[in-house]
Amino acid sequence: MSALTFTLKIAPKQPIDCSSLTPDVLVDKSADAIAAMELNNGKQKLRVDTVFDISGKDSDNVVFKNSCNRLDFIGCRMSSGRVTVHGDTGAYLGLQMRGGEVIVNGNTEAFTASGLSGGMIHILGNVGDFVGAAIAGDKKGMAGGVVIITGNAGDRAGDQMRRGILLIEGNAGSYCGSRMLAGTIGVLGTVDSYIGYGMRRGTLLLTRTPALHATIQDCGSHTLPFLSLMFKSFAMLPTRFADINKNRVRRYAGDLANDGKGEILILE
Amino acid sequence: MIINGVQIDDTFAEAFNMRATRVIITAQNLKWAYHAANATTGFATSVIGCGVEAGIERELSPEETPDGRPGVAILMFAMGSAVLMKQLETRLGQCVLTCPTSAAFSGIEGPQDSVTRINLGKNLRYFGDGFQISKQFGGKRYWRLPVMDGEFLTEESTGMVRAIGGGNFLVLAESQPQALNACEAAIEAMRRLHNVIMPFPGGVVRSGSKVGSKYKALFASTNDAFCPTLKGLTKTELTPDIESVMEIVIDGLTETDIRNATRVGITAICELGAKNGIKRISAGNYGGKLGQFQFHLHAIMRENSI
Repeated sequence: MSALTFTLKIAPKQPIDCSSLTPDVLVDKSADAIAAMELNNGKQKLRVDTVFDISGKDSDNVVFKNSCNRLDFIGCRMSSGRVTVHGDTGAYLGLQMRGGEVIVNGNTEAFTASGLSGGMIHILGNVGDFVGAAIAGDKKGMAGGVVIITGNAGDRAGDQMRRGILLIEGNAGSYCGSRMLAGTIGVLGTVDSYIGYGMRRGTLLLTRTPALHATIQDCGSHTLPFLSLMFKSFAMLPTRFADINKNRVRRYAGDLANDGKGEILILE
Repeated sequence: MIINGVQIDDTFAEAFNMRATRVIITAQNLKWAYHAANATTGFATSVIGCGVEAGIERELSPEETPDGRPGVAILMFAMGSAVLMKQLETRLGQCVLTCPTSAAFSGIEGPQDSVTRINLGKNLRYFGDGFQISKQFGGKRYWRLPVMDGEFLTEESTGMVRAIGGGNFLVLAESQPQALNACEAAIEAMRRLHNVIMPFPGGVVRSGSKVGSKYKALFASTNDAFCPTLKGLTKTELTPDIESVMEIVIDGLTETDIRNATRVGITAICELGAKNGIKRISAGNYGGKLGQFQFHLHAIMRENSI
């Protein structure tokens, strides 16, 4: 059975809400029913077959082709199956996703993986601001699952993150891990200023020492056994973090301004 | 049945339902993993007075442990799950947490219908006084406790399974040194098996007991039928040539594990044979009235090796 494929055939000026184009919603729907589904686009609704050419049948394996950064909410609330995107996506990719896999061969916009609680999101490109963060009005960011970004992340990566694993193979912007509550963020590249701003708990794992603000304090160099286990657990994931074989780090703790006991670990 | 001059009594060992768990203890090197494991499994010879029966199951190479350091696996058995859970947490906190460079991990995994998750580091985390750190990855939850020597890493839970305790056999010999020598040989062979421990000191018990006593306060007392100095005085099970009897008790995860361990032990003893003073192998039971399992010696010795 070939993958259920949606090939974008228009150039939308406003974002299109693609939240209903997930394996969960599409399962057992006939081709006609799918074509007739309506997607919000600004203040109008568009039929799916107006926006996309549809082919294939396997709703467990959804593919977007010719995607662009106006396609929002792809993979929203997914619990199983796989969504593959060829091209860029809009905002809120994988919003509140609970399971399954989303793979994007392109860049995404803001609030990628927001509210994620399970499953894996793999972006072979860059992500916008607030990856894994709480959406406006929520107090907690992503709660579980794994996000792998081969490119760069914007600002506020992992803001208010509540658990889960966020691996950034490129660079991250400012305020990485701000207000973090738990979980692990790894950055192989550089980070900009105010990393761990307001952090309460959680782990930020870096490869080079960034500019640290005053309430992040040095705890010295240590060998931390849990790192060996954690990198071993990445062995099955498609990420360069699985190749790391070190467990010696410089440990910084904070954010003392928020009574925080989080840590920034810099691999030595 | 006679093997190399040793008579195998046509009897059975009576054994009981128990609950068991396994913990993997690692450390900077084997020496320190053993220090932690010896302390944890010390004073755990019998559930009667010690709450649990515990022992070191085997050594683990760095390739076999979760953190890639040398370690040992320990097994712990108890009559009920509540006792096991409580003892495990206490022993972990007093004997593993305290031992330099140690870490503790779950030793039993499996589906919920056969393996119950029980606390390993779950309550130990409070020792961290608010500085403890939880980490979840690979589908497991770990606790990192800041301690003076660095960081103590433990998994939050381990698995508990139904298991069997009280498999046994008795070694009847012409002298004490010969009985001991035979038991040492048996234990050395049995220690190579997985899934079993022999909880008594050195794996051997010299003071086998019977149910009941002339004293109302005691529910068990010396098994006078097998006591050699009482041969003329009591209804003895011994023949005149027996001067010493020792017992090996086996706790194991499954019936097959106990059967294999019994066979391996008896075989090692029979290799020493009658010329080394071993006259009989017997077993202890309560007439089949108390235990849920029976390990018949003849049937076990006739089985093929593992």
